[in-house]
Amino acid sequence: MSDRMPRASGYFRTDYAQEIALIKTRLERVNLVVFLALLIAFPFFASAFYLDLATQVFLAAIGSLSLMLLTGFAGQVSLGHAGLLAAGAFTAGILSKEFGASIFVALPCAAAIGALLGIVFGLPSLRLRGLYLAVSTLALHFVVVYLGGEYETKRGFSTGITIDAPVVAGLRLYGGKVWYFILLAFAAMSLLICANLLRSRSGRAWRAIRAHETVASALGIDVAAYKLLAFIISSAMAALAGALFAYYRGFVSVEAFSLFLSIQYVAMIIIGGMGSLLGALLGAAFVTLLPYLIEAVMQRLPNAQAYADVLFAVNYAAFGLVMIGFLIVEPQGLSGIWRRVQNYFLLWPFKQKAIAGGRK
Amino acid sequence: MQLAVNIVVLSAIYALIACGYVLIYRVSRVLNLAHGELMMLGAYLLVATASSFGGNPVLAIAAAVVLSLVVGGLVYVLLMRKMTGEMALAAVLATVALGVLLRGVMVLIWSAQQRYPGQDLGLPNMALALPGGARISIFAALLVLATALSYAGLFAFLRFGDWGIRMRAAGQNPLLAAQRGINLHAIYALAWGLSTLTGSIAGMLIALDSGLTNTMVIIGLKAFPAALVGGLDSLLGALVGALVIATAEVFSIQYIDPLLSDVVPFLVLIAMLIVRPWGLFGTREELDRV
Repeated sequence: MSDRMPRASGYFRTDYAQEIALIKTRLERVNLVVFLALLIAFPFFASAFYLDLATQVFLAAIGSLSLMLLTGFAGQVSLGHAGLLAAGAFTAGILSKEFGASIFVALPCAAAIGALLGIVFGLPSLRLRGLYLAVSTLALHFVVVYLGGEYETKRGFSTGITIDAPVVAGLRLYGGKVWYFILLAFAAMSLLICANLLRSRSGRAWRAIRAHETVASALGIDVAAYKLLAFIISSAMAALAGALFAYYRGFVSVEAFSLFLSIQYVAMIIIGGMGSLLGALLGAAFVTLLPYLIEAVMQRLPNAQAYADVLFAVNYAAFGLVMIGFLIVEPQGLSGIWRRVQNYFLLWPFKQKAIAGGRK
Repeated sequence: MQLAVNIVVLSAIYALIACGYVLIYRVSRVLNLAHGELMMLGAYLLVATASSFGGNPVLAIAAAVVLSLVVGGLVYVLLMRKMTGEMALAAVLATVALGVLLRGVMVLIWSAQQRYPGQDLGLPNMALALPGGARISIFAALLVLATALSYAGLFAFLRFGDWGIRMRAAGQNPLLAAQRGINLHAIYALAWGLSTLTGSIAGMLIALDSGLTNTMVIIGLKAFPAALVGGLDSLLGALVGALVIATAEVFSIQYIDPLLSDVVPFLVLIAMLIVRPWGLFGTREELDRV
């Protein structure tokens, strides 16, 4: 954030409200409207396959935004994000399967369970830091997934729980377009929630905690409370994403929430770039689309059938390579690249580099 | 009696794997979450050498062991060396990424089928009868022996060996160690090599005992709580931690629910993190060195 160039040609701010405004210039407003119009028009032109891809990106975006809030801004590492998604998905699945609850009950319940788990995941953070905290969330991931698996086998849903399409006001929520708009709305809302949290008191507190806990508490920030708050909000959002995933797929199974999913979410925020909401979105899109991109490339290769069964292995390998590449070569992630491209055009025709030291 | 044998074998497995976590953490403060994958790679190296030196099991195993040492060193030189100076957490994430990469590459090379390197080498796996009516397979017995030898070797190496003393120095204070002329990169590469070596020996023996699939990674990951319960920077701790974890796991399989076996190590880990995060034998001040 620190090396962001001013976009307007001059500094016209006269009060603090302008300083934290979400939309600062007219160009930004125009861009936003155009982008939104494109997103809304997209399902009317895209095929079912691309629609599904976009929907998956939105789902991943909710999860990665929540993890970015926790890790990228509050500095609390979580390697157990898939556990939270699983908790949300299972809450939704159990409520609708066993109690016939409507989606309006199931989603808030999933978020509430997520918030509760957030406290459980967050409590170790009051004592542990860094590595040890990451390990404790990793362990909790296994516990949550085990509970889900236990429920599946004990209740006889050993292959997974199927969920009927939810009915809202007499309409069945079914089909690609409907879910595209639902998840677009949820993703947009998550983005707005994160942006608002970050530009207010809580966001400043989290940044201070991330920078230095002792200094943060010396500044009068209640470190424990704000850490827990970060965990609660992040976990509630992740659980909500899990519940939406369950409804969208119509199916919950514990296999979907492996450790690899947690790693994927961590990869999203690394690839996107730590400490940037834009990065969370870019990372979610990148990680979601990468397997499909690889599949498309491999189908172009001669003798494509021969590679069909090694596809998932290629995915794994490519995914690992990309993650390592970003960690070593571009720790700022995609959002860092995006910012550099922007700066290039802002400064054009001059080829001035950002002042050294601006990049942390 | 059989229960006691099971506990000893399982804790030997965990201890042999856990000492890899401890070695790397102690020397470079990096938590190697790719250890399970590296261990599996060691087992697959045995599959590879078994096909080239099929007639000579000893040669095949020796070649695989040497190769695993090289692989561990290469991991440091090619990847982890680039992460020095970054946040410790970035290094951990790099090992996570390495694990994912290795998993994909291993399936690409050796496919996901179950392998039996023991059969390839023509080594039968017989059960030995122990006093008290318990039974133990030859390779499980070898595993216990390998663990004992590895730990004895590591203790002696760290205590009396020149390189071992340098390793401890590098772990205690890298800056001072470097100023005394210790080649840190060589030390770190050696630590990675040794860690992969011990892990690979465990992987190979497990593969010889009960075949090789990619579920082996989970064993590697379950050994990690053993390292942490004992204290991440203490070899003795890893031994004790492995015993604790293995006992808890065997008892829960026996008396509660077999499904629990994959979770119990992590439950013990959480309990430990709440009560005494630095582990039974770990150094307390480590906790703030994130």
